[in-house]
Amino acid sequence: MSFMKKPTVRHPGLPRNDLGLTVRDYEGGMSTLCAGCGHDAITGAIVQAAHELSIPPHGFAKLSGIGCSSKTPAYFLGASHGFNSCHGRMPSVATGANAANRDLHYIGVSGDGDSLSIGFGQFAHAMRRNVNMLYLVENNGVYGLTKGQFSASADIGSTAKKGEENLQPPIDPCQAALTLGASFVARSFSGDKEQLVPLLKAGLQHRGFGMIDIISPCVTFNDHEGSTKSYSYSRQHFHKAISADFVPPSETIKAQYSEGASMPIELHDGSKIILRKVDGAYDPTDKAAAAIYLRERQSAGEITTGLLYINEAQQEMHDLAGSSDTPMNQIPYERLNPGSDMLKKIQSRMR
Amino acid sequence: MSTNKPSDNNFTIKIANVNGTGSASANGLLMKSLFRLGIPVVGKNYFPSNIQGLPTWYEIRASEKGYLSRSGRVDIMIAMNAETYQKDLQSVTPGGILIYDATWPRNKQLQRDDITVIGVPLSKMCNENFPSARARILMKNVVYVGVVAALLDIDLDVIRSLLNETFAKKVSLLDGNQLAIDLGYSYAKEHFSCPLPYTAKVIDRPGKGTDIMIDGNTAAGLGAVYAGATVCAWYPITPSTSLIEGYKKYCEVTRKDPDTGKNNYCIVQAEDELAAMGMVLGAGWNGARAFTSTSGPGVSLMSEFLGYGYFAEIPAVLFNVQRCGPSTGMPTRTQQSDILSSAYASHGDTRHVCLFPSDPEESFYMSANAFDLAEHLQTPILVLSDLDIGMNDWLSPELTWDESYQPDRGQVLTKEQLEEMSVFHRYVDRSGDGVAPRTLPGTHPRGAYFTRGSGHNMYGAYTEDANEYQQVVDRLMVKWNTAKGLVPKPITMGSGNAIGFVSIGSCDHAVREARDELAEAGISSDYMRVRAFPFSQDVQDFLDAHDKIYVVEQNRDSQLKSLMRLELDLDDRKTESILHYNGLPMTPGFVIDAVNADLARGEAA
Repeated sequence: MSFMKKPTVRHPGLPRNDLGLTVRDYEGGMSTLCAGCGHDAITGAIVQAAHELSIPPHGFAKLSGIGCSSKTPAYFLGASHGFNSCHGRMPSVATGANAANRDLHYIGVSGDGDSLSIGFGQFAHAMRRNVNMLYLVENNGVYGLTKGQFSASADIGSTAKKGEENLQPPIDPCQAALTLGASFVARSFSGDKEQLVPLLKAGLQHRGFGMIDIISPCVTFNDHEGSTKSYSYSRQHFHKAISADFVPPSETIKAQYSEGASMPIELHDGSKIILRKVDGAYDPTDKAAAAIYLRERQSAGEITTGLLYINEAQQEMHDLAGSSDTPMNQIPYERLNPGSDMLKKIQSRMR
Repeated sequence: MSTNKPSDNNFTIKIANVNGTGSASANGLLMKSLFRLGIPVVGKNYFPSNIQGLPTWYEIRASEKGYLSRSGRVDIMIAMNAETYQKDLQSVTPGGILIYDATWPRNKQLQRDDITVIGVPLSKMCNENFPSARARILMKNVVYVGVVAALLDIDLDVIRSLLNETFAKKVSLLDGNQLAIDLGYSYAKEHFSCPLPYTAKVIDRPGKGTDIMIDGNTAAGLGAVYAGATVCAWYPITPSTSLIEGYKKYCEVTRKDPDTGKNNYCIVQAEDELAAMGMVLGAGWNGARAFTSTSGPGVSLMSEFLGYGYFAEIPAVLFNVQRCGPSTGMPTRTQQSDILSSAYASHGDTRHVCLFPSDPEESFYMSANAFDLAEHLQTPILVLSDLDIGMNDWLSPELTWDESYQPDRGQVLTKEQLEEMSVFHRYVDRSGDGVAPRTLPGTHPRGAYFTRGSGHNMYGAYTEDANEYQQVVDRLMVKWNTAKGLVPKPITMGSGNAIGFVSIGSCDHAVREARDELAEAGISSDYMRVRAFPFSQDVQDFLDAHDKIYVVEQNRDSQLKSLMRLELDLDDRKTESILHYNGLPMTPGFVIDAVNADLARGEAA
């Protein structure tokens, strides 16, 4: 149960990060999800990524909507504030939270039902605003918490557990994100920690909206033959366009990459993502090309993974709004109060 | 004065225009010139939900006693819209005057013997004097201001100085406007017996020179600036949009950081009202003073998050500038029909603190107060004004700001406080007032908790345990009772009379004027204006102290009375509703007629 405390016993040999904290300091409560749920693997990857970045745990705020995926913020970063909002409404809460304090790292966790159906409007507009946050779509193609209805990401022809066939086209969060203005678009698989952890780290350090679509099989309702979001289907049909390594600023100098095959992209804090193109023609800084590539691979029955698009130059919400560097919630009242003389002056024009 | 003849400084002018023809500035000029003479005025705009081409009316009431409700009469009608001419002619009070554009022949079928009709060739005069097509249309409006100035003997120097101020930066327009005033003024002087038996006279009274003309939305937006609100999320909807515009306008003037030029405020235009409310909760949760502004349809959409804010206990301020419902209703007409839907917005046992300002002045102070209450009580506060208050131009005493004011941020634990605690639990009420200390994200790892709209116990953890759940919702009622002592008390007038009026919000001026008139006719009464929900004991005491209660409100379903019946001990046998709900602001005459009819029924029985 999420309110159950994990034992605080620590192995003395656990590695410590720059803050002297172990991975246990980034964990949360016990998961209540089904054994083998892809979401739990993602939770583990978030814990690892946060620990490796050496961000203090209370420097994060984690937010979610409603659904199985949205329960997971209770299972990681127990020393961070969490906000389990209404169904499909996490993007607006995250936008407001970010408006109030631009200094925290925001992790939004959502699912395919939460983001692509009830919350599609909010999902779209948070991207359009380029809210500075990491947004995860834990995508299993199914409504798990209400026992197995199709979601909007279910593929045509995929079947439900009881055999019913989905006839409607799927919404691809990555293609939507490219169109709607996200400045960081990636896809991964819950079972591929090696790919996922660097993407999470890069997404957290990226300034702007980082969307990662994470195919995360539902072991209870969508892991059968006929599902296109099962473990076996995902392993067979994934196509890595690009693999990413994340290099924090302190290690940039010693990072090993050969200029020809790799593509280093520097993030705002000085850290780098080293991209190794699996497909030589792929350019993750070219939005139009990325969109075409995604569609082509989709037609070929492949699910493209990796960092699909990044634009470090795109301004995030506060840049666009001209907000002060001091977070709104930390500006002292003395600087917010125009004073009684100003009130007199304002009213002199009302006579 | 609602039943009397017009007299010096007591009259109503109504102007019938086509919207999109530039009449607003001319009408504002006319109103402001009366205001500058010291006469209390109110300007009410009856406008269509449209941008160009539909009928619109502006009504200016001058009242030496300072009554600012709709008078219900028309002493001077300026009929500029051929389409509504028949209706406008009919609406003139017997003995009144109708001014029309005599460039074209008037429909002779439409006659009234009990009014004076004045024809002024407005179009012809403008065509002869102004070269551009645009000026010819715009200046017709200014010419009729000149005509009225002659009829009411308005000091032309006052108009001249207003024009000088308005066009200080556009001197090219000054001459044209001045010419138009002179054209109208001279024509009236030459062709009609000017001035009328009643005129606009300079008066001296307390407040002259310091009073202002302001609309409630501007005042509320300004209040949010002074309260220190930094995050504003909103979605455009009539009649609340100008509240956000007011906030933005004064932020641009006062909230640019002098060193960096950056904004000490963040306004987000949301994709819809659901998102707007979500953003406000996100920001309030994160420790910024945050608000939104909307109207009935928006409150319907925001209800989901209002319930969340109530249950998870997050400060938020929502301005509901009410308009005519149900559904889309009449977006540009006024009503007080969201009282119940605001008080209990959202599913489950949910209830919200509501404030009810009656005019722009109170909108300003209640706006600031709402942020203190929201953070003190850790809950959404709904400020219910309406289109009449929010969008019309009211005479108002000068607004002041107490320099010693410090925002009440409520119980928020600091890093140092958390450092000293061994453990923090979000919903443990130590003070007994139903409010538990909260923490802000980023303060300290020990302050972390998981905010949720799902069932939780006093420690903030998820629960489906019967007792744990009930403990939390029972504490919310303790908090509710605390709120009763913190919200603005009702304002009462008079004492010891058998009859008591109860009203709310923008009914105030009409009820006060009706009371004065009834008193002159020998019917004395007491009066209480409710200013907040939950009701304090004073409201119950007033109900108990009267043999006859008239609850006056602007909706069909007696929503204030219903709320009092639900929350207080209200005796239906002695309580009568006076309900005005056609979308126009209520008049004192309406209240008087209703009381007289009720008293007559009582005598007949």
